[in-house]
Amino acid sequence: MSLIPNEPLDSSLMLRGSPPPAAPPKSPRRIAWDRRRRSLRESWNTFRENKIGIAGLVMLCIFIAIAVCAPLIVPHKQTEITSGSSINKLMPPLREAIPSTCHEVSQEGGSTKIACDTKFSMRYPMGTDGFGRSIFAQWVWGARISLLIGLTATVIAMAVGAVVGISGGFFGGHTDTFMNGITNWFLVIPWIALAIAMASVLGPSLLNIILVIAITSWASSARLVRSQTLSVRNRNYVERARALGASNWHIITRDILPNVFPIIFANTILLVALAILSETTLSIIGLGDPTRVSWGQMLERGFNAGASSLGAWWWLFFPGAGITLTVLGFAMCGYALDEILNPRLRKR
Amino acid sequence: MGAWKYILKKFFQAFLTLLFVLAVNFFLFRVLPGDPAKSVARSLKLSLEDTQKLRVEFGLDQPVFPNQFVLYVENTVTGNLGTSYITARPVSEAIATRVWWTLLLVGTSTVLATGLGIIVGIKGAWRRGGTFDVGSLGVSLTLYSMPEGWLGMMLLTFFAVTLHVFPAGQAQSAPPPAGAIPQFVDILNHLFLPCLTLTLGYIGEYSIIMRASLLETINEDFVGTARAKGLLDKNVRRHHAVPNALLPIVTLVVLNFGYILGGAIVVEYVFSYPGLGAFTVEAINANDFPVIQGVFLLTSAAVIFANFIADLLYVYLDPRVREV
Repeated sequence: MSLIPNEPLDSSLMLRGSPPPAAPPKSPRRIAWDRRRRSLRESWNTFRENKIGIAGLVMLCIFIAIAVCAPLIVPHKQTEITSGSSINKLMPPLREAIPSTCHEVSQEGGSTKIACDTKFSMRYPMGTDGFGRSIFAQWVWGARISLLIGLTATVIAMAVGAVVGISGGFFGGHTDTFMNGITNWFLVIPWIALAIAMASVLGPSLLNIILVIAITSWASSARLVRSQTLSVRNRNYVERARALGASNWHIITRDILPNVFPIIFANTILLVALAILSETTLSIIGLGDPTRVSWGQMLERGFNAGASSLGAWWWLFFPGAGITLTVLGFAMCGYALDEILNPRLRKR
Repeated sequence: MGAWKYILKKFFQAFLTLLFVLAVNFFLFRVLPGDPAKSVARSLKLSLEDTQKLRVEFGLDQPVFPNQFVLYVENTVTGNLGTSYITARPVSEAIATRVWWTLLLVGTSTVLATGLGIIVGIKGAWRRGGTFDVGSLGVSLTLYSMPEGWLGMMLLTFFAVTLHVFPAGQAQSAPPPAGAIPQFVDILNHLFLPCLTLTLGYIGEYSIIMRASLLETINEDFVGTARAKGLLDKNVRRHHAVPNALLPIVTLVVLNFGYILGGAIVVEYVFSYPGLGAFTVEAINANDFPVIQGVFLLTSAAVIFANFIADLLYVYLDPRVREV
């Protein structure tokens, strides 16, 4: 059940010379939009029955809501060191120090540290890090940066992939040889090597990270778009449009793009998942933007500060769980869409 | 005849890609950041004359193209990958001592992840919608969604720090235990957690791919024919469906090689495993460009080579390629 039927209703009726439908004549644009709306509704109905897809969509909505509403959930200043935090360093989730019980404990080597009894409290739902900062606050604000990087990088990658794929597939000849060559090169070069090389040369900043992820991930979508374009290019309605004198631009935007779009869409969603994972990888190995706290950046900071050897699992657990659940949401949606849109996977 | 033409074409493609990698490498590290001699001088605190000497040694007093490029290609082809800014030793030497640990880690985890992933994928697809299928699909998607680095950190915190069942880092005890067998056990003991992390990280992906591939194959006519002949269910699966569904897996395993390397870099860093990955992270943190450059070249070449091998395998596996 693809989003757009292969044969547009209006033109096939026209060519066969059958009498016009009895309903009052509509403009071609109106007909096209009616058709699109109908097939969208059909796809949505199929998607709604897919449990994996709906579960993924719900998860995504929750995380996007958290990212958008971050200022309403927890003020940004709580991601920095807050008053009274010196006694609240490395608190496990849902615990808070009781100030009156604090006393100095001498450690091996003669240094002293402050130890306190703790009580149940909602002040630090995810505990605190080694500097006494609320992990929950960082987590909520980290969702913003992680999603921002994932979505922006994917939009850029898709745009590049669509331009390269459609121009190669549609124009053919030397254009195709050139575009396909570049795509293949980028497909073969291991992304991590290119990303490390580029990120270390360009330096760590939010924009550079987004660019690096986009540059290393557009090739797979370009290949997909190209193969879809090739399969659409020689269909009857494209020939008809050409015979009627349509320009290349018109054919690409009106005939090719709408038909290529559904497959691109499923791929886009999977790309966001990959982009978020890539950001995590790059952050952990020290190529993230240290001034913007994403989930990946939280992992890097925590690990570098020795959270693992201190046994402070909560410092590392929550950012990673955030990444996993977000990526899972995207992956489940993409997976369900693929099952719906890819006719070869449909149940028989 | 057709097969040879195909192989030759693929070889030519691999060669071109390698040239492209060389060009990108040159552009990224020589043209973009400007003067490498200056960065060396900065990190080693050299005097102006020494910097000038370095510049002559690197050939930086000559025009970028073609002289510098030719020199660079010459050096690379002869195995001279430059000198590390930090240790002041040849990059190729450092890579040679560390690459074996990475190969051991990536090799074992790839074999385990592919094997187990394929088995899980087949079981799930053959009983589509059953309890095993739904359960394994959920687990696979979750594993796929986990960043390997994070999974490694969690396993490290739990098994090595809290429970003390496995060592927290390195590839061997220092000093290594006497005798071949204790040494072997020691290496396995150190390998276990990083290998488990990478295997878990990739098993999900392979089982999902295998499942999808088999589901596509089940719908093919030849599987229907096999069933119509009255073959046993397990024979249809073993001799008709699975061998054909495995074809795309070969390409995907190879294409994934690049991703696994990415995972390996993070996992090695987390477990301070002394392979190329941990080495790369050190180099990144110290802006040691020659090392990063060397690792980039080596991994790219490895992946290009693996792709070429996959193309050759295809000639053997898919008779259609031979006839074209």
